Amino acid sequence: MSDEHAHHTNYVKIWGILLVLLVISVLGPMLEIRAVTLITAFGIACVKAFMVAKNFMHLNLAPRFVTYLVVTGLVFMLLFFAGTAPDVMQNEGMGWEKPAWKQAAIEHAAGATGGHAEHH
Amino acid sequence: MRPIATTRSAAGLPTGLLAVWWVVVSEIVIFGGLLASYIMHRLAHDAWTEQAAHTNTWIGAFNTFVLLTSSLTAVLGHQAAEQGNGRKAARFLWMTVGGATTFVAVKAFEWTTEIQAGYTLTSSTFWSFYYTAAGLHALHVIAGAIIMIFVATDAAKNRELHRVELIGIYWHFVDIVWIFLFPLLYIAK
Repeated sequence: MSDEHAHHTNYVKIWGILLVLLVISVLGPMLEIRAVTLITAFGIACVKAFMVAKNFMHLNLAPRFVTYLVVTGLVFMLLFFAGTAPDVMQNEGMGWEKPAWKQAAIEHAAGATGGHAEHH
Repeated sequence: MRPIATTRSAAGLPTGLLAVWWVVVSEIVIFGGLLASYIMHRLAHDAWTEQAAHTNTWIGAFNTFVLLTSSLTAVLGHQAAEQGNGRKAARFLWMTVGGATTFVAVKAFEWTTEIQAGYTLTSSTFWSFYYTAAGLHALHVIAGAIIMIFVATDAAKNRELHRVELIGIYWHFVDIVWIFLFPLLYIAK
């Protein structure tokens, strides 16, 4: 952290903002609205992570190649997701299926319906 | 005599700093893979939502507060080290170690409660992921705290102050991992 700018960062203020964001991320999902949950829980998580990386880890003051290294790690994570998600997230495709998973999904759906009926 | 590795700067930043960033990027792939797997399974299986409903949001939120605060003390320690004040840097690092200890103690209490309620590593795939992800993270917290004790001990004697920044970067990364684990394991229900 050789840059003069870093010495002027108000770390306590950044911490205060992070705590406010934490409170919002806990309260937001209590509304039980899917869009609000996604934004307050995961959107705010991204904002908090960016704030920590920028202000506490001083990523913006490190040589540019460090940012490229970090982005490369994230890209590999996304490649992993894209490469395996079609298999993990589906129970069947062209010429293949996962009988045990399909059966479990049917049983879960039946159980949910049954449980729902009992409440009525 | 200072070790050569801490003084050369072929990459435009001290080698120790480069090494820590290298560790962080490796960890992104490790934790990223784990979290990506979790997200895939969570989206594919509705039953996971019911399992996740049993995690304690308030305990997770408290531990998030603890880690965010420990990140603050870590960066204040770094600031003190930049100013050449080793004793002050060491004090802040000890506070960070206190945060790590609190985090692990709360996690131990939380896991004990969950295991007593019957939610174990083998209860379901959700709980397997829960204990694996949170456990791997807790191991990183413990490792960071142990390293920090050594760095703080040296810093108190005004020795190797550059290491305060190095352990700080690692610690902030551990904080970031938890920032994502918290909504995934405790909030999305």
